[in-house]
Amino acid sequence: MKLTVTIAGVELKNPIMTASGTFGSGRDFEPYTDLNKIGCVVVKGVASREWAGNPPPRIVETYGGMINAIGLQNPGIDVFCKEDIPFLRQFDTKIGVNISGKTIDEYVEVAERLASEDVDLLELNISCPNVKEGGVAFGVDPFMAALVTGAVKKVARQPLIVKLSPNVTDITTIAKAVEDGGADAVSLINTLIGSRIDIHKQKFILSTRQGGLSGPAIKPVAIRMVYEVANAVNLPVIGMGGIMSGEDAVEFMMAGANAIAVGTANLLDPAATMNILAELETFMRNKQIEDVNDIVGVVNKAAISP
Amino acid sequence: MNQSINRSRTVCKIISNRPLVDQVFEIILACPEIVKKVRPGQFINLYCRHSGRLLPRPISVCEVDLRNGHLHLIYAILGKGTEEFSGYKAGETMEIMGPFGNGFNLDSSDGNYLIIGGGVGTPPMVELCKQLKGKKTIVAGFRDNPYLVDRLKQYGDVYITTDNGSAGFKGHVVEFIEQRGLKGTIYACGPAPMLQGIQAYAKKHGLQAYLSLEERMGCGFGACVGCVTKVVADTDTGWRYKKVCKDGPVFDAGEVLFP
Ligand SMILES: Cc1cc2nc3c(=O)[nH]c(=O)nc-3n(C[C@H](O)[C@H](O)[C@H](O)COP(=O)(O)OP(=O)(O)OC[C@H]3O[C@@H](n4cnc5c(N)ncnc54)[C@H](O)[C@@H]3O)c2cc1C
Ligand SMILES: Cc1cc2nc3c(=O)[nH]c(=O)nc-3n(C[C@H](O)[C@H](O)[C@H](O)COP(=O)(O)O)c2cc1C
Ligand code: FES
Repeated sequence: MKLTVTIAGVELKNPIMTASGTFGSGRDFEPYTDLNKIGCVVVKGVASREWAGNPPPRIVETYGGMINAIGLQNPGIDVFCKEDIPFLRQFDTKIGVNISGKTIDEYVEVAERLASEDVDLLELNISCPNVKEGGVAFGVDPFMAALVTGAVKKVARQPLIVKLSPNVTDITTIAKAVEDGGADAVSLINTLIGSRIDIHKQKFILSTRQGGLSGPAIKPVAIRMVYEVANAVNLPVIGMGGIMSGEDAVEFMMAGANAIAVGTANLLDPAATMNILAELETFMRNKQIEDVNDIVGVVNKAAISP
Repeated sequence: MNQSINRSRTVCKIISNRPLVDQVFEIILACPEIVKKVRPGQFINLYCRHSGRLLPRPISVCEVDLRNGHLHLIYAILGKGTEEFSGYKAGETMEIMGPFGNGFNLDSSDGNYLIIGGGVGTPPMVELCKQLKGKKTIVAGFRDNPYLVDRLKQYGDVYITTDNGSAGFKGHVVEFIEQRGLKGTIYACGPAPMLQGIQAYAKKHGLQAYLSLEERMGCGFGACVGCVTKVVADTDTGWRYKKVCKDGPVFDAGEVLFP
């Protein structure tokens, strides 16, 4: 059975990745997860210097999901390079670094700093709904999205994934813009903007009033967007949004994802990636699928032959 | 079969689940592996059966029964999840994970302790009192109906306060300790305003104090950075956020910056 997939020239031993911000840098998962079995660990967003993040409450539960307003708290790129890269390099997995920034220069600074580091993929987060500047401001405007992609691509030494926001009218417009800007792959979806109100206190629960909705509740939206983007661009697509099981992973790949990322599920069950991989293998065995790449985008083929 | 490992969670048998007072339940779970590891002040993630309720409900360890491998937890019905738990029956199973958090520091050599609980901040004081050696003065505050009083009496002098005066001192625990001028190394768990009062009291009288905090949690084991609280730090701003689930829930009163 073949599980290897290739994303922008980087070969992953299987299509299971972690979604940024839900896996830290892997340390908290070691007791439950064999990091050697993950195709690629995408670490939490890192910026050019330390970010404090938003005040609490930062988390609220919703039906079948959660809303977060972490605000990209991170210790900055120097601490990341010193502590997290050596830790992850002990394992036989690829390292993806998710980059946060408030300005184009800040994104560029992180990518430049990483040019000489031993990491495999960069992921540009232009879709975080939880910071005022940067983040989603770049992700909802095709011109800005292409601009920041191009600027980072110029200094990047690793293949560049651009992470897309679902909080747009037409996600394919942004996907095409970052393709034109030089992206090597796209990942989607980041969280959907949502909110919850405490009806007894008559106020918003999150300190920032709104945050990013994730978890199984968003999966149908993500499947639809992955399908649209996979058919709009000529880039590898990394699908995510509410993946809880191997069947969910299969669904994303059938929609057109070349690899998938597990997010919120990690928080609910730190062994989630292991279970999803095992379930994917079981599905392939039962359906006699030899190569996982064979299921990518199959819905398109099905649509042609009645 | 008492216990089986299902993913990273433990599926454990419910030994009993009964109300102590109105809206407050004690649940006893069979989980010998977890019980062996627990330290006072740590918490356990409880998971709902309802598939729409995904996040953990963190509940402090009240008591461990090592001989039987039983874990005692006390929870108040606050919302949908705890309401769901209150319907669970003995003999059924539920999923849990833990223990998580740092727990109380038991090494302070003072030998004279002031243990303070407010509402559902009182349960973790039971196992703490059991393991802490020395003289213990225990103050527990409740809105109306006190619980756990007899269990706490095994370990020291117990004073009760209630908001409406239905039992013990009428008023808040901080008013009570101030009035009595109680001293000792403080261990406290309860609502934030109470802890803030205790922080001020400890500072005024030069007492060492440990506060156990609460915050909404996404994971409980350090991954999501959702559960933060502000602490004094050597940064440009003079503070930074620490995780309640991993750096806490117990913090030195001197470092906590209440909003
Ligand atoms: C470290 C720690 C220890 C705790 N120990 C106890 C205990 O021993 N006994 C007890 O009765 N309660 C305890 N709590 C509070 C308890 O976790 C909440 O009351 C419970 O999660 C509410 O769940 P719900 O589904 O009934 O409420 P809902 O409001 O329906 O819950 C919705 C979401 O918000 C979260 N939430 C709501 N209120 C709180 C809160 N005060 N703290 C943290 N999360 C909250 C829930 O976990 C859930 O994810 C503790 C909290 C923490 C952080
Ligand atoms: C707590 C939390 C923190 C996140 N942090 C980041 C981040 O730092 N960078 C980023 O690009 N996406 C971040 N995300 C978004 C996830 O990577 C993912 O795109 C989204 O949650 C959808 O997937 P899921 O439903 O499987 O969680 C975060 C999500 C959560 C729940
Ligand atoms: S609850 Fe996730 S880091 Fe504390």
